[in-house]
Amino acid sequence: MKKISLILITTFLLAFNANAGSDGELNLREQPKKVKDCFEGINRATFAFNQSLDKAIIKPLAEGYRNLPDPIQKGTHNFVTNLSSLVTIPNNVLQGDIKLAVINTARLVVNSTVGILGTIDVANGMGFPKYEKEDYGQTLATWGFGPGCYVVLPVLGPSTLRDTTGSFMNILGGDPYYNASMHGNNEFLNENVYMATKAVEGIDFRSNNIESFDNLEVNSIDFYASVKSLYLQDRENKINNIRKGNIEIFYKNEEDWEEIDKN
Amino acid sequence: MKKIFLVLLFLNLNILNVFSVEPDVFVQSTVNRASEILTKNISKEDKINNLKEIAKETVDIEGVGFYSLGSARKSLNNEQKIKYLKLFEDYFLKSFSSRLSEYTNPEIDVLSKKVLSENYTIVNSVLKETAERPEVKIDWRIYTKNKDNPLIRDLIIEGLSLARTQKEEFASILSSNDGNINSLFQSLEKFSSN
Repeated sequence: MKKISLILITTFLLAFNANAGSDGELNLREQPKKVKDCFEGINRATFAFNQSLDKAIIKPLAEGYRNLPDPIQKGTHNFVTNLSSLVTIPNNVLQGDIKLAVINTARLVVNSTVGILGTIDVANGMGFPKYEKEDYGQTLATWGFGPGCYVVLPVLGPSTLRDTTGSFMNILGGDPYYNASMHGNNEFLNENVYMATKAVEGIDFRSNNIESFDNLEVNSIDFYASVKSLYLQDRENKINNIRKGNIEIFYKNEEDWEEIDKN
Repeated sequence: MKKIFLVLLFLNLNILNVFSVEPDVFVQSTVNRASEILTKNISKEDKINNLKEIAKETVDIEGVGFYSLGSARKSLNNEQKIKYLKLFEDYFLKSFSSRLSEYTNPEIDVLSKKVLSENYTIVNSVLKETAERPEVKIDWRIYTKNKDNPLIRDLIIEGLSLARTQKEEFASILSSNDGNINSLFQSLEKFSSN
């Protein structure tokens, strides 16, 4: 029953995204349409709640995490990054990038074995290409689904309806680590281990961005809007694979800049 | 007479060439100046003041200001434009210098450049990795309309445009206040006076 509800929610969100983000035209490689903040009031309230939660719990934990010896931090970071390959690989396939799926599978095997459960990034030392995470939200985008409205999720932070739908895919069978933890019949993994891994992943991310967030907050006149803008830019870049060299897409739209010279 | 004219023309072209500044050289020289200030053993306040002077010389503050305003700039009268540009300059210099002053000993290497149009060149650089932070890619949007005096119009850090972020922040403030430009003026004033 729970699974049926999730599938229904996902289907609804997908149908909504396709129209909300695209205005009926699905052209991914065109200049991205402005993402609407349909629930701004609720989003701002959730953002304020997340900030309080961050100040009270997450940031102090991230600061504590930073006091751990460097090899432990590095090993933890490598471990959670290696686990994310389990989601990246199926998404490489779904996006039609079979070659990258093969490379990432080899990376996962090498790092999980020689690299002691992924705590050492052996593949990087062996000259594997730089690892880029892929998720179901990115895959939906490459299939032509628009971002839909911008949303701020409690605890999890900024997202869009499409990316939230993508996250649902993880618990609908798209994440082998989730499946093994929740439904796998083994003595090593269970729900608590899965949740702990996700919490550590979040703290690892936060600890790497303490100064950046502080700096951004101090230098913003509307912190909510800054975070929203940066999140959406980052998603656009990831969907367009900017870091893999598609830089010409990034600088394609010159209209805004050219326009100010006419005034 | 023709010969004199040709000599003069040649000299003129040479002079133009001498004063024309390549965008990548301009960026490297600017970051070297900023880096020198950031590594100096002076107070943070002095660092901020020195960085502000560099920003005034090298950033097209007026251009960035109008870009950040988006379509709202079209509805401003002259008096509002003058007021906005003054408020924006104060806001920008404070925000820009405050962000930069957090870095100590930043080493930036200029790697390449890509001419986008007659008016714009993108200069690619990297902020070198340290024990505290990984390598950071920084692209610079350089306004090259005046070849003798290129100016920075945007910094794109790991693909995230500072100008675009600022523009969307301003748009959010305007939209939350029914497009009232005075609300933006107040926010800028508040930021600069804190």
